[in-house]
Amino acid sequence: MAKQAAAPIERMAGYKPHNGRRIALEIVTLILFILFMMPFVIVVFNSMRTNQDIINAPVGVPTDIAQIGRNIAEIWNNPNFNFLSALRDSVIITVISLAVISIFSSMAAWVLVRNKTRWSNLLFMSYVAAMVIPFQVVMFPLLTWFKSVGDFLGIPMLRSYQGIIFAYLGFGEAMSIFIFHGFIKGVPLELEEAADIDGCSRAGTFFRIVLPLLQPVFVTVLVLNGLWIWNDYLLPLLVLGASGNIRTIPLAVQGFNGAYVKQWHLIMTSTLLAMLPIVILYLFAQKYIVQGMVDGSIK
Amino acid sequence: MTSRQKRKLTEFLFLLPTLIAFLMVIIIPFIFGIYYSFTDWQGTGAVNRVVGFENYKAIFQEPGFLHSFLVTLLFTVLNIITVNVVAFLISLLVTSEIRGRNIYRAGFFVPNLIGGIVLGLVWQFIFSNILPSVGQSLGLPTLSKSLISNKDTVMITLVTVNTWQYAGYIMLIYVASIQGISKSVMEAAEVDGARYWTRVRKIQIPLMANAFTISLFLTLTNSFKMYDVNVALTNGGPVSIFMMKPVQASELLALNIYNTAFKYNNMAQGQAKAVIFFIVLTIFSVIQVTWNKSKEVEA
Repeated sequence: MAKQAAAPIERMAGYKPHNGRRIALEIVTLILFILFMMPFVIVVFNSMRTNQDIINAPVGVPTDIAQIGRNIAEIWNNPNFNFLSALRDSVIITVISLAVISIFSSMAAWVLVRNKTRWSNLLFMSYVAAMVIPFQVVMFPLLTWFKSVGDFLGIPMLRSYQGIIFAYLGFGEAMSIFIFHGFIKGVPLELEEAADIDGCSRAGTFFRIVLPLLQPVFVTVLVLNGLWIWNDYLLPLLVLGASGNIRTIPLAVQGFNGAYVKQWHLIMTSTLLAMLPIVILYLFAQKYIVQGMVDGSIK
Repeated sequence: MTSRQKRKLTEFLFLLPTLIAFLMVIIIPFIFGIYYSFTDWQGTGAVNRVVGFENYKAIFQEPGFLHSFLVTLLFTVLNIITVNVVAFLISLLVTSEIRGRNIYRAGFFVPNLIGGIVLGLVWQFIFSNILPSVGQSLGLPTLSKSLISNKDTVMITLVTVNTWQYAGYIMLIYVASIQGISKSVMEAAEVDGARYWTRVRKIQIPLMANAFTISLFLTLTNSFKMYDVNVALTNGGPVSIFMMKPVQASELLALNIYNTAFKYNNMAQGQAKAVIFFIVLTIFSVIQVTWNKSKEVEA
């Protein structure tokens, strides 16, 4: 009995304050938290006000909550914003890019891990090295190059879904392969060997045996790439153009802001709409998003 | 086809999609990019002549670029400090035994979900409407005017927004690291009479060396590449004087590179700036990681 009591109780390594101190800390944290959330409160409040309200009293609470409906109605079908079509384009581009990046990167990482040749090492090292290349140094030549490739193949690579998805595969794959590579190294070979002996093809081994085991690391790859692609502005600006037919949410918000300089009630409403999808997703998938971000940074 | 050949073919096909995208999106544009920076390239595929180091000579005599370089360094240093200090302090708060710590952890991360364009607009409203209004009612002259339109305070606004956006993410990394510290170590020190801050300084921080390496690397690269908040919040402005020439007070390098190419239609010089950007970022990253790793060994 005595031994059990002496065993260290598993607890967090964090600060364990006494009651008075704890309440003080709770107050400090709460104040800090309110400050952190203030911008969101400001967005919600001012989406519920008219422009005149905002000009008269920038700091103020909404008097007529129904105003948010009128604000949304005013921008919903505005050609400079066109929220639904931007939402659709953002979803299409993010979802397909994520599918392509995660499948192709896991396939490549698996082959690279299971083949210990000089070539596979060299290829893996090139992917790792390429992670230091910033977007800025390739973005201008990429446009020229995509245009020539598109002309040559007869498939437009600029202002098209396939072009931007292909670009996201290129920019996202190095880090994804790196993350998958680290994980697959720890997957035991025995399962694959058993599948081999049973006459399973190489592709079958990957898709039936290996891929299901990669689920935890898929979360990491999807979250890291998903947040980046969803919020990315510069690549869509260059590849899709500011006034092209395909516009992601960041492009739409920036385009709208350019057209309505001082219409703060509409600008605030537009940012509110732009924030909603990802915040709603976070409410449901918070655990996975936080885990994915932490795992991705540590790898 | 023998089964060995079949196997090799499958593995080759598995590597192919990522390899093609890697070559098409990163490697070929990268090589073209280096080449174009030594020519009078105008953004099309054609190059009239090779000009050697002319572009590089020109950009290093351009006050706008040199100023942008200095401002980016300033921003990077300030931002690394504020993001990491704020993130570390919050991580201490949310790992102490206060009530609601899980909600706080999830909440502080929320700004990181939202893209820089949207956040930039929200904060533009705060700095140009909310804060001046608060400043006037409190009788604070410095706050009464927009901090964005003052060349001496504009950088503070960029650092504020980026810290607000990024600290929650870095906090998650510190929280994960603190949770990994053995409880018995901290408790032993407490029993030995070490005060809280002594424990943090002598035990917690050295044991978190790996998290500091990661966080400093992430904040360094993120700050140096800062683009979308810069566009949406200040768009480079206001005007300032540097080397007796008018320059853009808050135009960070990424924005300066973009503007050189598309606003001033000088693609070749924009590309030369991008190459310098790449070299400097790589050198900084290598120095930072090497320095941090040496600290990790000491710890």
